[in-house]
Amino acid sequence: MLKASDRIFTNLYGTHDWHLKGAEARGDWDKTKALIAKGKDWIIQEITASGLRGRGGAGFPTGRKWGFIPSDDDKTLRYLVVNADESEPGTCKDRDILRFEPHKLIEGALIAAVAIGAHAGYIYIRGEFYAEANHVEEAIAEAYKAGLLGKNAAKSGWDFDLYVHRGAGAYICGEETALLESLEGRKGMPRLKPPFPAIVGLYGCPTIVNNVETLAVVPTILRRGASWFGGIGTPNNTGTKIYCLSGHVNTPCNVEEAMGIPLKELIEKYGGGVRGGWDNLLAVIPGGSSVPLIPKDVCEKVLMDFTSLAEVKSGLGTGGVIVMDKSTDIVRAIARLSKFYMHESCGQCTPCREGTGWMWRMLIRLADGVGNSKDIDVLEEVTYEIEGHTICALGDAAAWPVQGLIRHFRPELERRLKMNSIA
Amino acid sequence: MTAFKFSKENAARVKEILTHYPPDRKASAILPLFELAQRQCGGWLPKEAIEAITEMLEISLIRGYEVATFYTMFNLKPMGKYHLQICGTTPCMLRGSEDLKGVCKRHLGIENKETTKDGLFTLTEVECIGACANAPVVQINDDYFEDLDEKSFLKILEDLKADRKVKSGSAIGRQGSAPEKRRPHAKSK
Repeated sequence: MLKASDRIFTNLYGTHDWHLKGAEARGDWDKTKALIAKGKDWIIQEITASGLRGRGGAGFPTGRKWGFIPSDDDKTLRYLVVNADESEPGTCKDRDILRFEPHKLIEGALIAAVAIGAHAGYIYIRGEFYAEANHVEEAIAEAYKAGLLGKNAAKSGWDFDLYVHRGAGAYICGEETALLESLEGRKGMPRLKPPFPAIVGLYGCPTIVNNVETLAVVPTILRRGASWFGGIGTPNNTGTKIYCLSGHVNTPCNVEEAMGIPLKELIEKYGGGVRGGWDNLLAVIPGGSSVPLIPKDVCEKVLMDFTSLAEVKSGLGTGGVIVMDKSTDIVRAIARLSKFYMHESCGQCTPCREGTGWMWRMLIRLADGVGNSKDIDVLEEVTYEIEGHTICALGDAAAWPVQGLIRHFRPELERRLKMNSIA
Repeated sequence: MTAFKFSKENAARVKEILTHYPPDRKASAILPLFELAQRQCGGWLPKEAIEAITEMLEISLIRGYEVATFYTMFNLKPMGKYHLQICGTTPCMLRGSEDLKGVCKRHLGIENKETTKDGLFTLTEVECIGACANAPVVQINDDYFEDLDEKSFLKILEDLKADRKVKSGSAIGRQGSAPEKRRPHAKSK
């Protein structure tokens, strides 16, 4: 369990003042100049040593990502882009950072900009977060006024301009290359990779795209040391993480805890337990809608980190824990996710554009018990035809929940088919 | 409708927005400018505005249409005064978003994508709006209404109808996404 003193987001619930003054009182912007003065190599080294992995879902080591920026030519423009297009069902952590801890994000952005050599950055916030984006804009204005952004930001000798760019309602813009397309004023359609954004990104310049939570923890890591952050959590899964508990728990909430906390402890302690008691649990989607669900018996023991969840064929993803009790119509719950992916598919690749809608229609049929057991096989086969055959990971993300359903609840699907044929 | 023009106040805002992007990358401003135009037009984006903005940004008209139709937040036809956006994705569905849709049907007589006859409400079932720990959530115009149930949602609708002020945020008085303080004798739902 995480000690209170190890919490990074001390204003996660907005109980304190989120403005500059309040943020400074909580330790933000403390000796930022001295941190930057230690140089970009030191910053990247510390972040690498801390073991910080990207908090946007994929869990890529942040220090390594920053290291991909070409270092030979210092004259090329580079950009820092903050991915605040949080739209993954089950995930609502970045929202709290944007509205209650905006200065952590801004300070982290400045430090990251120094590390990668960027003089300009954009925070791409999903359009629906209207009030949240207002907070960030206000916080940026405060930072400019206090000399923490702009020319010679925080007296570090580094010039850095930071802007808010509001999206307009597209889940796919959370995919980094789609986000860049959108930022350039086009439809958010993912680009083929390689080249990766670190080489060819925004406006053709080397660009690093980081999640909000990733950047917001950077200043604290540098202040308290890589070994402090690395000492929390499990090997390869270090540090703290904001988990979002939603669905059938007694007290849904967001909470910052150590990586690798047992799922059961997380639900019992912070979620107030499963509605109707632990034995009423049916299944949990542990990391946002894109990862396969895990049934109750797996939930008993599994730890909330990238490695442990991958071992049970699921994933930590964004840390959005969706809990479903026994009253849930599991087939319809997953079907609704398929509908989500159908709506959000950008339409660029055929397997995803056609497949997401097809999977949804199949699941609706199966939920009603229409069809035969061969349909389940065909559905499963199709998910594997979508997975890995698209430009971006939305195809995979749409396929995995369906695979998880068939893997763990095939008997339930069979039962419905049987019930219907008897009736 | 006559040609679209930004109001004086908004024109100044446009000028400021354009400074966010490199001078030869004006097209980047298309989303913020569309949003501004939509606000000025009372919640929807007429064709004339798309034409005027693409011209201003020196991009082809088709690209303007592409962008306007790709992003769900641009409304291409007039909307009700209050745009009820009920999140219907699984986390909200598990906590009763279907019931909220029922409230709209029973009390306003509208279903998804319909507008009431008095032009007050338009209902849209939207995909995850990112407040899952406070589900079910409805976004009304810019504001989030969280932790709703049929009763509290109905009250909001009644208040809006009567032109009374409504309070956004949690309907059960939660602080942000903090866990609800357990009332000692609260019945489990």
